[in-house]
Amino acid sequence: MAAGHTIDALGQFELHPVLGAVGRSVGFSQSSMMMLIAAVLTIGLLVVGMSAKAVVPGRLQALAEMLYDFVHKMCIEQIGEEGKKFFPFVFTLFTFILLGNLLGLLPFSFAYTSHIAVTFSLAAIVIVLVTGVALAIHGMHFFSYFFPAGAPIYLAWLIIPVEIISYLSRPVSLSIRLFANMVAGHVMFEVFASFIVMMAGAGLVGYIGGVGPLALNVILMGFELLVACLQAYVFAVLTCIYLHDAVHLH
Amino acid sequence: MSGKRGDDGGSFEDRLAVARRKQGLDAPPPGVGKPAKGGMSAMGIGLRVGVELVSALVVAIAIGWWLDSFFHTRPFLLMLFVLLGGAAGLLNVWRLLMPKDPAKTK
Repeated sequence: MAAGHTIDALGQFELHPVLGAVGRSVGFSQSSMMMLIAAVLTIGLLVVGMSAKAVVPGRLQALAEMLYDFVHKMCIEQIGEEGKKFFPFVFTLFTFILLGNLLGLLPFSFAYTSHIAVTFSLAAIVIVLVTGVALAIHGMHFFSYFFPAGAPIYLAWLIIPVEIISYLSRPVSLSIRLFANMVAGHVMFEVFASFIVMMAGAGLVGYIGGVGPLALNVILMGFELLVACLQAYVFAVLTCIYLHDAVHLH
Repeated sequence: MSGKRGDDGGSFEDRLAVARRKQGLDAPPPGVGKPAKGGMSAMGIGLRVGVELVSALVVAIAIGWWLDSFFHTRPFLLMLFVLLGGAAGLLNVWRLLMPKDPAKTK
């Protein structure tokens, strides 16, 4: 990959069809493959983990329960009692993004959350749901959201467009944040890994010097594990906050 | 098993709570809820502020561009919406950094 003096940091994000001729004919890329694996793993964890139904949970059951409990608490804390209604949605979103981020860190796999098409689709689903919920609960009163009570009426021409832009920027910032974090992490991995290969090409001095970027990559892996969990959490918690706004309208 | 737990009921609950706290099992859920917003690293806050500013501007430019091609007034609405987008970005940042106190008193 880094045989010459070039570092191909973005090549890793290219999509390739998998599963041979069948995959090629339907455009089934490694990204779709990882999504499928993430979905199967999530369902597998919940089904296999909870099949024991033990009072004292084993490892898998404890993992499944903690995951469930964590998202459940987050929903109720952020949205309120109504949050229980949205728990399945937030749980699906959280586990899908979390597994996408984490699986992407494995060798030979692919982080589907590093594509803005994926993250923006998720954010668009969130914003459509939030707007739909707000319209369903509050009806036309929802539009008062764009003009805060107590603001001088002669500033409406300025406040309303600004509030609308601010509202519409939510999915954009939501998707850019996740996508940028994942891309940045994977690019850094690639760049430091290329340094190792380049150094190794420089003989004995290079073998010793290559330890530096290797150590950096090890540290980076720990950091990326944190980022993977944190970004999934941030995405889910912001979804909850937007749902809170939709349910309560401030 | 269950009989044993019933025997030292209160003390078991206490010891369980202590053990959970020591292992950090109880702390994260309430702890994570706040630090992720307030106690983030300076870099994390900087990144979020940057994303908020840029995304508002992107949306505003997209709206301005689209309205311009709709009304055939190419540069003017775009110019107006760039300003509005900047204002919306600052509003986003304000909401990100400021609302903690009013939200708590409410």
